[in-house]
Amino acid sequence: MKNLGRAAAALAAASLLALAGCTSTTPQKPPAAATPAPSFAADTTMARLAQAGSITIGTKFDQPLFGLVGPDGKPQGFDVEIGKILARQLGIPEDRIRWVEAVSANREPFIQNGQVDIVVATYTINDKLKEVVSFAGPYYLAGQSILVPANDSTITGKDDLVGKPVCSVTGSTPAARLAELGAQPVLADTYSNCLEPLRSGQVVAVSTDNVILAGLAAQNEGEFKVVGEPFTQEPYGIGLKHDDAAFRAWINDVLEQAYADGSYKAAWDSTAGKVLDYRTPPAPDRYQ
Amino acid sequence: MSGPAVLFDAPGPRARALSRALSAVTIVLLAAGLCLAFLALNAPKESGGITLPGMFDASRWDIVWDPQLWSFVLGQGVLGTLRAALLAAALAVALGVLLALLRSASSPWLRLPTAVLIEFFRGMPVLLMMLFILLVFSTGQYWAVVSALAVYNGALIGEALRAGLRSLPRGQREAALSLGMRSLQSKLLVEFPQAFRQMLPVIVAQLVVLLKDTSLGYIVGYPELLRVTMNNLASFYGNRYLFPLWLVTLVLYLAINLALSWLARRLARHR
Amino acid sequence: MDVVIGQLPRYLEGFGTTLLLLGAAGLAALAAGTVLAAMRIGPIAALRAVSGAYTELARNTPLTLVLMFCAIVLPYLGIRLPYLLAAIVALALYTSPFVAEALRAGVNGVPVGQAEAARSLGLGFTQTLTLVILPQAFRMSVPPLVNVFIALTKNTSVAGGFFVIELFTVGKELANANGNAVVAVLLGVATFYLAITVPLGLLAGWIEQSWAVRR
Repeated sequence: MKNLGRAAAALAAASLLALAGCTSTTPQKPPAAATPAPSFAADTTMARLAQAGSITIGTKFDQPLFGLVGPDGKPQGFDVEIGKILARQLGIPEDRIRWVEAVSANREPFIQNGQVDIVVATYTINDKLKEVVSFAGPYYLAGQSILVPANDSTITGKDDLVGKPVCSVTGSTPAARLAELGAQPVLADTYSNCLEPLRSGQVVAVSTDNVILAGLAAQNEGEFKVVGEPFTQEPYGIGLKHDDAAFRAWINDVLEQAYADGSYKAAWDSTAGKVLDYRTPPAPDRYQ
Repeated sequence: MSGPAVLFDAPGPRARALSRALSAVTIVLLAAGLCLAFLALNAPKESGGITLPGMFDASRWDIVWDPQLWSFVLGQGVLGTLRAALLAAALAVALGVLLALLRSASSPWLRLPTAVLIEFFRGMPVLLMMLFILLVFSTGQYWAVVSALAVYNGALIGEALRAGLRSLPRGQREAALSLGMRSLQSKLLVEFPQAFRQMLPVIVAQLVVLLKDTSLGYIVGYPELLRVTMNNLASFYGNRYLFPLWLVTLVLYLAINLALSWLARRLARHR
Repeated sequence: MDVVIGQLPRYLEGFGTTLLLLGAAGLAALAAGTVLAAMRIGPIAALRAVSGAYTELARNTPLTLVLMFCAIVLPYLGIRLPYLLAAIVALALYTSPFVAEALRAGVNGVPVGQAEAARSLGLGFTQTLTLVILPQAFRMSVPPLVNVFIALTKNTSVAGGFFVIELFTVGKELANANGNAVVAVLLGVATFYLAITVPLGLLAGWIEQSWAVRR
């Protein structure tokens, strides 16, 4: 009986520790000293965030060039820089941004129940999703493209994919497009796992957004190349709570200002710009 | 019963020599197999027109010497796994006791709905349950992982405890009742502790499975060991480091699980 | 709800793959598990050690890592399997130690007197095992074996991350495409899984009742 009691006590202590641990995930640093907080109309999301002095942003942690997390635990990439631009305009310093990993399963639920304030995660704007969340932007126009081994010359465009096995990620829009195209989708969980079948010849190509493919090609210099022109339009937008019109309008304003004053280009050059050329950003779509 | 003394004769000198010879052959075959595997993995590969270094080439393993990598893997990954696993284990055991109590209650109003509930929880894949809890109850990633694991393993532990209860000699319950204890008291004070002790290997095995199943938290993006290494770091460092990361993750999981099993066996033996 | 009904063919396709994975991996695991169990209780020390080591290794490794081994590391060793076969091999490799443990539990449940009587009749190890012990052990192994198969059914959902399109993958794709009907899609997936696991569970209960050895 005694060891049972001890075991139970050990389990209880461990679970208390675990519970304590789970409340200490947000950094408890004192708010950084006074850049005077910009003022917003009362009752708007911007005012609430600026007053709280912190913001929760959902981004990808496994997307080359756009959202990656390295061993220092800090996300880096173009989406991350866009998030930082928005936070700066709210008067929130970088270290008070809480980054959460946005996977396709949790993006919409987290926005809907307020666990994240915005999602900047190679989030393709989609009319079906507009019923559930609102989109600011687009802030970048990607397109679906094709990755092949560098010494391969048989695949040059999407028509060469028909009837052949092509790798993509489960549940993503590019995977659905491949099925529509008539290729045979071979689905993995991460893009990194897609490269192995390509190497061993079990798929003829990997297909997803061109920026992700460019990132993969850059990580494996000389082994792969991106071919063909993008054959779809993937506008990346910023997801926020449905029907928050004031917040959406404000984000669109900030984006346009960032285009004009060079901070967008600076964000691009310091991250994705190392591999991809700069392109003129698209105008935000202020839909009704 | 599966001890050697019963199923086959104690080996005589010829049998011992044969056994030694076979052991030597087995060891040689294993060593040869491992060497071949090592050489095959270490051979440079042609791909896309360039030559890739072998799997054990130093260029693939340079990140392992980075202490920041280890603080990230251990601090975020292993800690994430342990946090979820420990709380889920405690909740699963508690839930298992509750379900076993309900399932062996005398009133059919308690027994039958509990039976249906247990069958439902046992039959759902943990992946699906985590996704479900996240979407339907709008909890965070941590609570989706913990509750899914607790509910699933709680049902299994409940069934194990029920089997343990049934295998107890009936005299235990009769003695308790004849002392004037009520049914519930008899269960809690006399029968459950014995059932627990008897099913402890099964329960510990299930808790090891629980710890491994925290790796299914990737579906909701929970930062635990598998996601941190095979997803985040593999994407950060690139596909070249996939094999070293895989090997490191394998070793870490083996270490944690073997330590857990050993700890549980120590606790069980300490009476 | 219309999503589920409209997409029923896709659900059934995924369900078919799940059943295929379950059947093929289950049979392979049964065969491999029996061999492992026999090695574990046999007279040759080296085989006992190998079987024990393999069991510890496979039981303490997450399934995802085993799948990754079969799908990604094996090609490096020159073994290029079609991905469905790789998933079946991985599932069988992962499940066989659990089958072996279930069989061992059954063997341990057979009274010692049976083996002693067999030995005293002059039967060798293999004869004792196949003619006397295993048939009796089988009865006691069936409930834990059925549990192992229920677990295997659910583990096929993990294989979906490695180039195999089974029921859970179909669910994820449909959930992504129909953001407003996610709960209905997932409930559809759950129903299909329950259609396999609940009958298996009931079977285990019925077998336990009718074949139980009363002492």
